[in-house]
Amino acid sequence: MIAADLIQYLTVFVLAILLGFEVISKVPATLHTPLMSGTNSIHGIVLVGAIGVAAIADNPLSYLIAFVAMAFAGANVVGGYVVTDRMLQMFRRRPVPATDKFAK
Amino acid sequence: MSAVDVGYLVSLSFILGAALFVVGLHQMNSPATARNGNMVSATGMVIAISAELVHSIQGGMGILNWLVIIGGLALGGGLGLRTARTIGMTAMPQLVSLFNAVGGGAAALLAINDFVGLNGQRVLAGGAPGLDGWRTLFIIADVVIGSVTFTGSLVASGKLMGVVRSQPVHIPMGRILSGILVVVGVAAGAVLILAGAGVRTYDTGILEILLVTALVCALLFGILMVLPIGGADMPVVISLLNAFTGTAVSMAGFVLGNVMLIVAGALVGASGAILTRLMATAMNRSIANIIVGGFGAAEGTQSAMSGVGGSVREVSVDDAAIQLAYASKVVIVPGYGLAVAQAQHGVRELADLLEARGIDVSYAIHPVAGRMPGHMNVLLAEANVPYPQLKEMDEINPEFDRTDVALVVGANDVTNPAARADKSSPIYGMPILDVDKAKSIIVIKRSMGRGYAGIDNPLYVNPKTGMFFADAKKGLQELVAAVKAL
Repeated sequence: MIAADLIQYLTVFVLAILLGFEVISKVPATLHTPLMSGTNSIHGIVLVGAIGVAAIADNPLSYLIAFVAMAFAGANVVGGYVVTDRMLQMFRRRPVPATDKFAK
Repeated sequence: MSAVDVGYLVSLSFILGAALFVVGLHQMNSPATARNGNMVSATGMVIAISAELVHSIQGGMGILNWLVIIGGLALGGGLGLRTARTIGMTAMPQLVSLFNAVGGGAAALLAINDFVGLNGQRVLAGGAPGLDGWRTLFIIADVVIGSVTFTGSLVASGKLMGVVRSQPVHIPMGRILSGILVVVGVAAGAVLILAGAGVRTYDTGILEILLVTALVCALLFGILMVLPIGGADMPVVISLLNAFTGTAVSMAGFVLGNVMLIVAGALVGASGAILTRLMATAMNRSIANIIVGGFGAAEGTQSAMSGVGGSVREVSVDDAAIQLAYASKVVIVPGYGLAVAQAQHGVRELADLLEARGIDVSYAIHPVAGRMPGHMNVLLAEANVPYPQLKEMDEINPEFDRTDVALVVGANDVTNPAARADKSSPIYGMPILDVDKAKSIIVIKRSMGRGYAGIDNPLYVNPKTGMFFADAKKGLQELVAAVKAL
């Protein structure tokens, strides 16, 4: 790993963490479970890495590792998004009346 | 198109994908835009995956590589799709945990593959091309974090599914064993990093053995970490493991030189960390306290047990039904027990009946009610409870003074007045629902058993409290029948 790459990766890493704190700390507690599920599907991005590894695999061990990684990551991505959508579907059907906040 | 052009397009697609992740997460701010946010995030995912596929095709792939990609994706994706479509909403936490396991496992596998390949090249070349100190550091971090997540998440999921004993499992010498695993794992990792950096050289095979050592230590540590933790603390653990998975994926990005993985993994790591802290704070516990071991196992609980005197007043179904039916304001306090008994539909049926009688019904939602923050909202939404009836803790607490009947269904520690008054109580300072301020209180509970905090609840011996001993689901059905008969 050359120094220029390392610095670039670290920069992106640190900024993404700060961005994550910023974007996510504004979510209300009500949506924390769908949020956990939503971020859960985002780490399925590891599928992109698995594809890259599978594409250049050239020996039995790496074929095997790539296959298992593909299956794991595939389950993570597909399942994660579908179940998050199912959950959020339930929230959506009920519109919140605008007056609710002030009605006591 | 030349390879260079494709390279640029792939990089641009990754930037677009990452931006869509951020926008999607941002839209999860409000129930109105949350579903759309998830779609935006999914679009980002599809773009990133397509770009990587195009990139791989451009690089040229053999038939076996194609088979691995298509076969793996079809198998995993198919299983994921089926589970996600059929699983009950109450089982959400264990599903999230399973996805943590496979995500972390995949990330660890990528690093192992990288290490094996590069170390092979290094041995052939007699030097260290590609495998340097930094890269080895990220490989080790990925393997260790990913493996701890893998086994830890499987145990957490197993506990929630009832496959693994949900009670804290006491492992003799557990802490010492964990300590040994950490020391051995860290030592193996450190030697590997030194070798990668070229500070020391070793014979062929030794480095592989060291990597396997670190891997096994991490896998065992994951099990030992989660086993002693009680089922009710699992949400915090799952949230923590979610953050771990994100971090492992980010590390995989460093290893593979893929910025997309670094960004997305870091976003998940940051969100998981925040969620974990929020949940722990709501229970007035530190994350370290939960991981190191619940206070339920401590001997101090014995004294707390005898500290609460007074007698318990039992209430019959019909009495409870009459109290509810002739109240003018009822607040329902749903908790963990309701989620376990899957009684969310019953609670809504009862609420509908009461509303039909002109009674003002609302739900008091503690931040950690259910099994995860916001989990109770999902369960009640599933049962079609109107959203405006769900009141957050700060909103509902001032209303308990004016409440005729507070109906507590399967909630325990979040209603314990000791958290407000008793400085010696282990949960002192935890924000609670002021249920005891209502004019009368009905508690549906299976037995006098304690909550996960392992302490007694003075609410149950309060003269205003009537205990209705029943399973949440059955009890609610009986109540519904009794109210109907009035």
